[in-house]
Amino acid sequence: MTVTVESRASKQAKKVALWLTTFVLMLVMCLPGLWVVLSAFRPNREILAKPPVWIPEEITLDNFGKIFGFGAEQVGIPVGSYFTNSLVIALTSTVIALIIGVAGGYSFARYRFRFKGGIFLGLMLFRAVPGIALSMPVFMMWSRLGLVDTKMGLIIVYVSLNVPFTIWLIDGFFRQIPQALSEAAQVDGCTRWQAFWKIEFPLAKSGIAAAGVFAFLTSWNEFALASQLTRSTDSKTLPVGLLDFTAQFTIDWAGMCALAVVIIIPALILTFIVQKHLIAGLTFGGVKG
Amino acid sequence: MAEITLEKVVKKYGALGVVHGIDLTIAHQEFVVLVGPSGCGKSTTLRMIAGLEDITGGLVRIGGQVVNDLPPRKRNISMVFQNYALYPHMNVRDNLGFGLKIAGQSPAEITRRVAEAADILGLAPLLDRTPAELSGGQRQRVAMGRAIVRNPDAFLFDEPLSNLDAKLRGQMRAEIKKLHQKVKTTVVYVTHDQVEAMTLADRIVVMRDGQIEQVGTPMEVFNHPVSTFVATFIGSPPMNLLPGTIAGQTVRLADGTEVPVPDRLKDFVHDGMAVQLGIRPDDISPVGHGLSQDGPGAEVALTVDLAEPLGMESLIYTRLAGQEVQAKLYGPRIAAPGEVLTFRLALDRAHLFDAATGKSVRVR
Ligand SMILES: Nc1ncnc2c1ncn2[C@@H]1O[C@H](COP(=O)(O)OP(=O)(O)O)[C@@H](O)[C@H]1O
Ligand SMILES: [Mg+2]
Repeated sequence: MTVTVESRASKQAKKVALWLTTFVLMLVMCLPGLWVVLSAFRPNREILAKPPVWIPEEITLDNFGKIFGFGAEQVGIPVGSYFTNSLVIALTSTVIALIIGVAGGYSFARYRFRFKGGIFLGLMLFRAVPGIALSMPVFMMWSRLGLVDTKMGLIIVYVSLNVPFTIWLIDGFFRQIPQALSEAAQVDGCTRWQAFWKIEFPLAKSGIAAAGVFAFLTSWNEFALASQLTRSTDSKTLPVGLLDFTAQFTIDWAGMCALAVVIIIPALILTFIVQKHLIAGLTFGGVKG
Repeated sequence: MAEITLEKVVKKYGALGVVHGIDLTIAHQEFVVLVGPSGCGKSTTLRMIAGLEDITGGLVRIGGQVVNDLPPRKRNISMVFQNYALYPHMNVRDNLGFGLKIAGQSPAEITRRVAEAADILGLAPLLDRTPAELSGGQRQRVAMGRAIVRNPDAFLFDEPLSNLDAKLRGQMRAEIKKLHQKVKTTVVYVTHDQVEAMTLADRIVVMRDGQIEQVGTPMEVFNHPVSTFVATFIGSPPMNLLPGTIAGQTVRLADGTEVPVPDRLKDFVHDGMAVQLGIRPDDISPVGHGLSQDGPGAEVALTVDLAEPLGMESLIYTRLAGQEVQAKLYGPRIAAPGEVLTFRLALDRAHLFDAATGKSVRVR
């Protein structure tokens, strides 16, 4: 009897320890984010106060008013243009990366062709190269081609950055779908193309959506290459725009944090979507008996 | 009329030959079973008929028309896959109706024919479930329903029962047979299970290494196997094979035991010929406990090594001519290990195979 009580107690202790560890880790990870969010809603004076003020004394939307160009105080930063640029560049590059990813992923999953393994490995290795290492050659080529400071220039870079990942992820999802399903559909009267759209595509949808969200987030948050390849409101994206808050001697922390929150919100929304889809992707069953 | 003919059909994957020139005619409404060990090319042959594999050489005709270059959808066949291949994102109703919808049938017609198929297979209560919510046997039935709903010229089955447990397999086997009696359609059925082949087939095609070894009705294949391969593959437990030499009117087995050559085979052997004597376990039984007590036979005293009671009969392991053989004891009698019994070999049902080629001596 005592043995079970003891073991129950030790189980309880383990549980508590686990929760504590999790809590501490989460705290370390979330604290900077929390600080950014808090700072977005309070004046610079309070942000810079020493000792730091943790609990805001006043909550204000002034910072957002400031960056979006309404309210009393204003900053001379074209946040609207940056936002549009970011959206156009991230969406376009995501759509293109997805189209290539679906075609490529399906080919890798379903067809045999020469150098298949080599091509796949090459794609993955390309992904291992840090983007910033390529910024110099890309910059030189883009300046020759007149692509520096254009949305197109950045879209091409982001597509190539995302394609290896989307192919890899989507390939995995198509691989999970037994080939017999497409064959059954073809015997049932479908063309190969119809079998793909009516059977295989709907089943891989979750995976494709997940790949899309990851690609979008990569493009949306990318800073290093964008800071090299963009100059003006023609192509500057939100993360690059953050730097505008740094003047020679001062940093407008409040404005910067407000803009950071503006960047985070779409990312958060999309992360929730990917969560739902990843779970949907993992639970699809009933294929085998 | 949907007669299926294969003429010298060959399949190669690169340099690797998998099917080596098969000739076969499957009659309208006939139930043909392709049977053979795993890897002998059964599925490949079936998939060439379905149009899911390219045909490397030869001709496949369905209903007289050469279909070599037709995609599956233009062959008007339907297929039941080993893993059922039900569409996981559709409910049973949509799974059944999918082919009709693709073919552009009206919703009313689809509803009517789905209901009809569901009725035949007892699927009506399951129409709104998804495949994930079905048991193995139910999935199997849905797969069959999907096959019959389109009213095809032929059904192709690829090991449809191999994922089911033994009891369910027996039930579904009976259902498939009943289904064929109801919807008379040409059937090509692939299995590695000789029991399925024997019970279902109008005609069995025994395949070996990409070639046809024997074609015949179940009884022909069972009673007149053309080779040791067929003899040991069809029938359970497998036929006993005992090496020996023809000496005049007898077969001299390895240990010198002499067994008369069965009368009906006398014309096919010559003196000194190396042979294998084939006798099914059912034809080696203790006197008074066998199936056939009349007709020519030979009697030998053998020691029981092991007895496996199966209820109405026992499978007995013993040694004959220095080799382990299986025998059958019919009737409720227990045989004990070490017991010596007089066994009767029903020689009228024995077989002789040429030891060099493995072919039956009757085949020239
Ligand atoms: N896509 C393929 N590429 C190469 N060899 C294959 C392929 N598909 C099947 N085979 C080979 O063909 C042979 C026959 O296969 P299969 O028809 O599936 O046999 P069965 O259905 O009788 O078990 C096997 O040896 C198998 O390895
Ligand atoms: Mg097979």
